[in-house]
Amino acid sequence: MTGTTEAPGRRAVAAIVGPGHIGTDLLAKLQRSAHLDVAYMVGVDPDSAGLRRARELGVEASAEGVQWLLDRPDPPTIVFEATSAKAHAANAPLYAAAGIRAVDLTPAMLGPLVCPVVNLQDHINALNVNMITCGGQATIPIVHAVSRVVPVDYAEIVASIASRSAGPGTRANIDEFTETTALAIERVGGAGRGKAIIILNPVEPPMIMRDTVFCAIPPDADRDAVTESVMAMVDEVRGYVPGYSLRADPQFDEPQPGWSGRARVAVFLQVRGNGDHLPPYAGNLDIMTAAAARVGDLIAREQAGKDAVMTP
Amino acid sequence: MSEPVSTAGAEVAGLRVRITDSTLRDGSHAMAHQFTEEQVRSTVHVLDEAGVEVVEVSHGDGLGGSTFNYGFSLEDEIRLVAAAVDEVTRARIAVLLLPGLGTVKDLVRAHDAGASVARIATHCTEADVSIQHFTAARDLGMETVGFLMLAHRTPPAELARQARIMVDAGAQCVYVVDSAGALVLGDAQMRVSALVSEIGRDAQVGFHGHQNLSLGIANSVLAVQAGATQIDGALCALGAGAGNAPTEVLAAVFDRLGVVTGVDPQAAAAAAEDVVRPFIPRLPWMDRASIVQGYAGVYSSFLLHAERAAARYGVPAHEILQKVGDAGYVGGQEDMIIDIALGLAEQRAGRPLVGDPR
Repeated sequence: MTGTTEAPGRRAVAAIVGPGHIGTDLLAKLQRSAHLDVAYMVGVDPDSAGLRRARELGVEASAEGVQWLLDRPDPPTIVFEATSAKAHAANAPLYAAAGIRAVDLTPAMLGPLVCPVVNLQDHINALNVNMITCGGQATIPIVHAVSRVVPVDYAEIVASIASRSAGPGTRANIDEFTETTALAIERVGGAGRGKAIIILNPVEPPMIMRDTVFCAIPPDADRDAVTESVMAMVDEVRGYVPGYSLRADPQFDEPQPGWSGRARVAVFLQVRGNGDHLPPYAGNLDIMTAAAARVGDLIAREQAGKDAVMTP
Repeated sequence: MSEPVSTAGAEVAGLRVRITDSTLRDGSHAMAHQFTEEQVRSTVHVLDEAGVEVVEVSHGDGLGGSTFNYGFSLEDEIRLVAAAVDEVTRARIAVLLLPGLGTVKDLVRAHDAGASVARIATHCTEADVSIQHFTAARDLGMETVGFLMLAHRTPPAELARQARIMVDAGAQCVYVVDSAGALVLGDAQMRVSALVSEIGRDAQVGFHGHQNLSLGIANSVLAVQAGATQIDGALCALGAGAGNAPTEVLAAVFDRLGVVTGVDPQAAAAAAEDVVRPFIPRLPWMDRASIVQGYAGVYSSFLLHAERAAARYGVPAHEILQKVGDAGYVGGQEDMIIDIALGLAEQRAGRPLVGDPR
């Protein structure tokens, strides 16, 4: 993210729990934040490469788990959870009891599903927010861009990712991806019904993440308005994911048999990662950490604004 | 694992092989997913009478495949499964599920409708995404079959390793699936041999052939020589690309070889000619586009999608398919066909696809 000038007063103290690839990539992004200061990285394995790397970057890192974090004399006001759904379910009540805000990158879904450019403002004061899925972060802005202009009673997304970028958690529970993303297409994207498909492609060299969004729209929809809205949204997402781009102009198709009288708009996206810690083909992981960083940044800015008002 | 041994010429007389008919699943691609309940009932009825033990019924891309990306089904597939179950006297009804597209919830619905065989399909190197679905299928008490698709994309030893993952997850049989019709004779047989060596003690091995290079039947016979005991076919070859190994030809050839399938060749031929042929709008055929699929190793069900994109964007289907092969796209990436057609159209027009340069 660019264009942010100096934050009012001190940056909010933040922590990352989970020093894996996601946590490490997130750290690289948050170190550029004007509103957040990542003071802690927490894991459970003393030999973790992520903890070592965090220390090299000047971040206090510990393998002693969340209790260590809560015992800090200057505890964080915001935590980024990059562990697992199970770990977050265990940790979330501890954060809540300590009044720490949580940005959850796991599939735990304890808090509202958020996409920074769509609905974060509705949940800016929520104690816990969930980052949906990588495919959700890539496609829901587009579903929303269409549904804010015309009614969308059905939206479908296809996320294709490099096999190498799909971790063991995704592989063990791929239904969780499709079901959570479909739910968020409806709840956050604004479609009447959502469907999500994920494809793992092992081709070498690895393919850059691709996403296709199909929305059912009325045949007489204002297509220029849809295109304009999609273009504006792509620019907005690019504000925090520089490698987010359209492969072609939105494609409109006339109603066909089986489409219940609806026309269709198809949007073809590519998500190239920033290459912070993860390779550029892993746009799926990059958009997740970039969106989480953006959410944390906006939450911290909101909080700082309030503090500034309350403290004369 | 030891090197696969050629079993060419091996004696097959007396072997028992189960034919699974996929007219009502793979054929769904060729029918643009427009099967009616009446067509399903009449086809299941004659297959059952002919002695086919397992009949697969699903959207071509498996449960939950009715979408913009793959084409919407005319009839709800769960209703079609229930109709098929209602029609059979002996045969069992199978469903296909591609993890990432369909879910365990879809499988439960199919099971509730009476399906008793779960066929779980992944790309040939991604077997580990199927573990939760095999677990669920076994918990439901279903018979389980694993499908390693586009099997030409990975060498025999790696394919066998992937088959092992499926067996460990609960698969009772794993198929070498030649989704592109790209395996040429020994390529097919070595893969089957490798699977038999790796999983043969714990599970069966199957083969699913396509006709893009006209080798569906020959590869199926070689598969049986190498130890496969489940073989897929479709009446009138009704399936993606140039179609599947025709069930009626499999029945006749295996009968001649003395392989026991329990399928009456005369009844199968009659089923194809009298029941299925009349409702097929276009017989599967080795045209230029489907030969390119076999030659370039492209997922067979991309054919009609490529033809549609060709018509929409004014570029040849065979060129689209060649590019799909070059890019290494896998089953499920139908959306990339439009993307490639757009790229080809752009090249021809000499102007960029994104109107507003930024």
